[in-house]
Amino acid sequence: MKVLIPTPLLSYTGQREVDAHGASLAEVLADLDRRYPGLRFRIVDEQDRLRGQMRFFVNGEQCFDLAQPLARGDSVQIVQALSGG
Amino acid sequence: MTHTPRKKAARKPASEPQAKRTARAARRGLLLVATRKGAWLFHGDSARRSWRADGPHFLGHIVHHLVLDPRDGRTLLAAAKTGHLGPTLFRSTDLGRRWKESSRPPAFARAGEGAPSGLPGRAVDHIFWLTPGHASEPGVWYAGTSPQGLFRSEDGGQTWAPFSMINDDPRYRAWMGTVQDGTPDGPKLHSIIVDPRDPAHLYFAMSGGGVHESTDAGKSFAPLVQGMEVVPGFDPSDITFHDPHCVRICPGNPDRLYQQNHCGIYRLDRPSSQWVRIGKSMPRRVGDVGFTMVVHPRDEDTAWVLPMDATSVWPRTSPGGRPSVYATRNGGRTWQRQDAGLPSGQAWWTVKRQAMSADARDPVGLYFGTTGGEVWASRDEGARWGCIARHLPEIYALETAEPA
Repeated sequence: MKVLIPTPLLSYTGQREVDAHGASLAEVLADLDRRYPGLRFRIVDEQDRLRGQMRFFVNGEQCFDLAQPLARGDSVQIVQALSGG
Repeated sequence: MTHTPRKKAARKPASEPQAKRTARAARRGLLLVATRKGAWLFHGDSARRSWRADGPHFLGHIVHHLVLDPRDGRTLLAAAKTGHLGPTLFRSTDLGRRWKESSRPPAFARAGEGAPSGLPGRAVDHIFWLTPGHASEPGVWYAGTSPQGLFRSEDGGQTWAPFSMINDDPRYRAWMGTVQDGTPDGPKLHSIIVDPRDPAHLYFAMSGGGVHESTDAGKSFAPLVQGMEVVPGFDPSDITFHDPHCVRICPGNPDRLYQQNHCGIYRLDRPSSQWVRIGKSMPRRVGDVGFTMVVHPRDEDTAWVLPMDATSVWPRTSPGGRPSVYATRNGGRTWQRQDAGLPSGQAWWTVKRQAMSADARDPVGLYFGTTGGEVWASRDEGARWGCIARHLPEIYALETAEPA
């Protein structure tokens, strides 16, 4: 499936949209981390909690549960919250 | 992830013999400046008069500490995160021309796999402090985090593991308190010190949570807070209430430590376990509260502090808007104001706990970075100061280094 990458993570992927495989968000993240080592820990902490300013959208719907099942053809978007200074 | 700085450092001519290049580099100073928006390296000439900025590295990253390994003069570690992305470490072996991310940055044990039952698993918010290991243990590094955690690497910072019992010890977890008990951007473990005579003899400090010592290579730690004061009304026997800001060991006499605390300046002469408050002899209008503490590379009786305003609501600015370094030459019995060259008024910055350092030259060079993004330097042990950089982001740390 296609995963849209936010600009702060482009230093890992080198491209805005990448392919990844997995039957859940957690599996997709594991797949991304295999391809782009270190990426997962920047957005999910060691207790498997989404970091405070990061969000996932699946087919346009916000999702907070890494166990969320995914189907082939779903689109995943990783978004950095609009905050900071 | 690899990371390339915006500007590459200038290469030395290829025709220059290696031995000559090495000798010349050894005489030159290097300042490692970590800021809220990236990191800079300042390369000095042999007279320490002119400094060339190399950076920004990691523009936009919050860099809490940038440290060169004194054992090889090559390995540079940077503790970084952004406002959104989680904490990580970058490593360079060519003075920042190329950076490579640690493949396993510091992370706490997962809940149920190390954290005591009933206590939630923790997540590292940022890596705050880096300390190279003992000279006899090349490749060993220690890291302190927020919330308070202690981590160790044995491969030059490429992979990290929780170190010692303290991260998941119920008693230590209680002493660490909660995020509400700590500094505004999170409670911190800092001032990790390795006794230069013994790699098994370690110290660290926590804001809050006291000073601690291990004599068995970190298998166990014990509090070392006797004599340290706490905020009036609180119980000094409760380790939680102790807030050391910065602890330093004297290279010229590792039995002596100095400490800048939330409640004063202290000295400890081992084997005694009794900290002595030496800040009482500071001028009353200035007080003896600050963040940073710097020791002389050879003379155990000489140390420097940079006081801040700790009155009323604790502005944490320079007292009266007139910043000054204070030096002692007699172990804290008396202090001398050293403000020649510094702004004489309307300067409301301060200097954070990692943001002041000494070099090892004679006379000693002193350097500090301000919350207002300026770097100040003295080539004569604080007698006269000059500004060598302005307009940087808020400076979190400044270390001196001698590249190989």
